[in-house]
Amino acid sequence: MKVDRVSPTAEGHDLFDLVRELAAKEVAPRAAGDEVAGRFPRDVFRVLGASGLLGLPYAEEHGGGGQPYEVYLQVIEEFAGAWLAVGLGMSVHTLSCFPISAFGTDAQRDGQLPVLLGGDVLGAYGLSEPQSGSDAAAMTTRAAAVDGGYSVDGVKAWTTHGGVADFYTIMAKTDDGISCFHVPAGTEGVSFGAPERKMGMRSSPTAQVRFDGVKLPADALIGDSGQGFRIAMAALDGGRLGIAACAVGLAQAAFEAATAYAKERRQFGSRIADFQGIGFMLADMATQIAAARALYLDAARLRDAGRPYGTNAAMAKLFATDMCMKAAIDAVQVLGGYGYVEDFPVERYMREAKVLQIVEGTNQIQRLVISRALTKG
Amino acid sequence: MNIVVCVKQVPDTATERKLRSDDKTLDRDAADGVINELCEYAVEEALRLKEAHGGEVTVLTMGPDKATDTIRKALAMGADKAVHLVDPALHGSDALSTSYALAQTLKKIGFDLVILGSESTDARTGMLAAMLAERLGTPQLTLANKVEISGAGITVQRVTDYGFDKVEASLPAIVSVVEKINEPRYPSFKGIMAAKKKQVQTFGIADAEIDAAQVGVANAWSEVADFAVAPPRAAGTVVKDEGDGGVKTADYLASKKFI
Ligand SMILES: Cc1cc2nc3c(=O)[nH]c(=O)nc-3n(C[C@H](O)[C@H](O)[C@H](O)COP(=O)(O)OP(=O)(O)OC[C@H]3O[C@@H](n4cnc5c(N)ncnc54)[C@H](O)[C@@H]3O)c2cc1C
Repeated sequence: MKVDRVSPTAEGHDLFDLVRELAAKEVAPRAAGDEVAGRFPRDVFRVLGASGLLGLPYAEEHGGGGQPYEVYLQVIEEFAGAWLAVGLGMSVHTLSCFPISAFGTDAQRDGQLPVLLGGDVLGAYGLSEPQSGSDAAAMTTRAAAVDGGYSVDGVKAWTTHGGVADFYTIMAKTDDGISCFHVPAGTEGVSFGAPERKMGMRSSPTAQVRFDGVKLPADALIGDSGQGFRIAMAALDGGRLGIAACAVGLAQAAFEAATAYAKERRQFGSRIADFQGIGFMLADMATQIAAARALYLDAARLRDAGRPYGTNAAMAKLFATDMCMKAAIDAVQVLGGYGYVEDFPVERYMREAKVLQIVEGTNQIQRLVISRALTKG
Repeated sequence: MNIVVCVKQVPDTATERKLRSDDKTLDRDAADGVINELCEYAVEEALRLKEAHGGEVTVLTMGPDKATDTIRKALAMGADKAVHLVDPALHGSDALSTSYALAQTLKKIGFDLVILGSESTDARTGMLAAMLAERLGTPQLTLANKVEISGAGITVQRVTDYGFDKVEASLPAIVSVVEKINEPRYPSFKGIMAAKKKQVQTFGIADAEIDAAQVGVANAWSEVADFAVAPPRAAGTVVKDEGDGGVKTADYLASKKFI
């Protein structure tokens, strides 16, 4: 089923066509096999990079695609529907480029962004630590000022693309608070834990990144010293919209699988889609998906218009990921026993959906963000 | 080298395709239009030849207004410019009149080499390349899975039932390609952006000096007499293996003359 998309940019529609073609031919066919094998599809990201899709929402002068979030997020949605690890990976890469783009010096932007957005490299974002998740400000990774730069010690946990990324955008404690740093992979003293053994998204490595006396030059600092927490939260506002788009794409895939099955499967002499109990479940799924899509697009338009959108992004992430979890569970129900086995993709969708309620701020934290914004003052 | 690639928009084979009840032509509004797959191989081959020998690649499409989507895709892949032959008078043209209309247009825009896909997924006549060559008085090198240019000469490997023929000719020439010839590139986002600025010239029948009495559904030499919706697939035959499964399967295949 093709989602009818509109784009505020003239090139958006051709972009969506390209994305659908890549999703169908290069991404989807690999998902089931690589998920079972736990194989990271670095080559798929190279194809997307070569097609110019790893820097879409950034300025053209820095090698980006110059697309509004309204367009970029729909691209994420399409890829996430084909394979969550790819949609989410694109979103994390975009997130890891944000600090330099929004807070970097001209020299950092001109020097680094064309490479980061060029499609050959992949980024990772390190905020969480083993003992500091929701309470991110309680981090203990330290960047001590030393002659000519910084020396970093500590452990970042749960890093998506940990061990396979080409650069790491990390937050660490400095004397004046939390600061943001750019760390190229291969910097001496950086090492990785074994990839976590996850419930789903097994093809996407999630690992600890350890810093052991890692020397960084002074210009590895992004933004002002002490500004890192603000940078991290600003990055997450955009990142949460990426997660919301992933959730809508995954829910759409679950819905399509369930609908196709319900139209084929016969019991008691009729298609199960014609039983009201099933038909209404499909109707609810479609309605909830449409609502979640409208919500993330609304937040994206606020962002594109330069308006505050953090609360709206939190609402979109909360609603879309809870919606996705329910849609994935219901899709398994529609397929009955066949939904519970690996011959159909819905059991994988159900395992994958769960992570979206946890990453980039759990849904409890989203409620905290929303309620605080409503009751402040 | 001035290479023209003929590109056709066809209804998406993944969607349900219909014929119109009034004039029994394909209902092009009912389905999404996509680039004919074999045309992508033709565009790719043209781009590779240009990359190797220099020159310019022009896309030529005859089709309704919405065929501009297909033209943009070929431009996003890297073609330099396009000519869109679009005129209500062309609606329902058969292969013979299409070859006439395209030949007239090709005479106007000029070419050293014309590349086509060997057939389209909608009509599947597979005759256009030969017809164009005949009308333009140029050599035809059809069903190519390899194309080489040296100076004013062209050599192709022509796929046959027994292997391949090596066919040589001099330019200008008409070539049709099969899918084994290459792996078409995806357009890139940069290509999409660049395509917006590329020139797409629109030709009506007058611009190409096409005689209205030789094109369109009323002047077609071939006609769809009647059509019916394909019957739903019947239940298959299940062979139960009771030690003689192989024999039964072979008997069935023999009865259908497959073996
Ligand atoms: C697959 C995966 C990929 C990830 N990728 C990254 C990454 O790339 N970069 C990165 O930095 N992090 C990443 N994370 C980490 C993720 O952001 C954290 O797991 C998340 O923020 C929650 O932190 P925690 O796991 O420590 O849970 P905790 O913070 O310990 O929370 C445990 C429970 O307590 C609840 N809770 C906590 N505080 C409150 C409160 N104030 N009110 C109500 N409830 C509360 C939570 O909602 C949760 O239900 C990833 C995680 C996973 C699973």
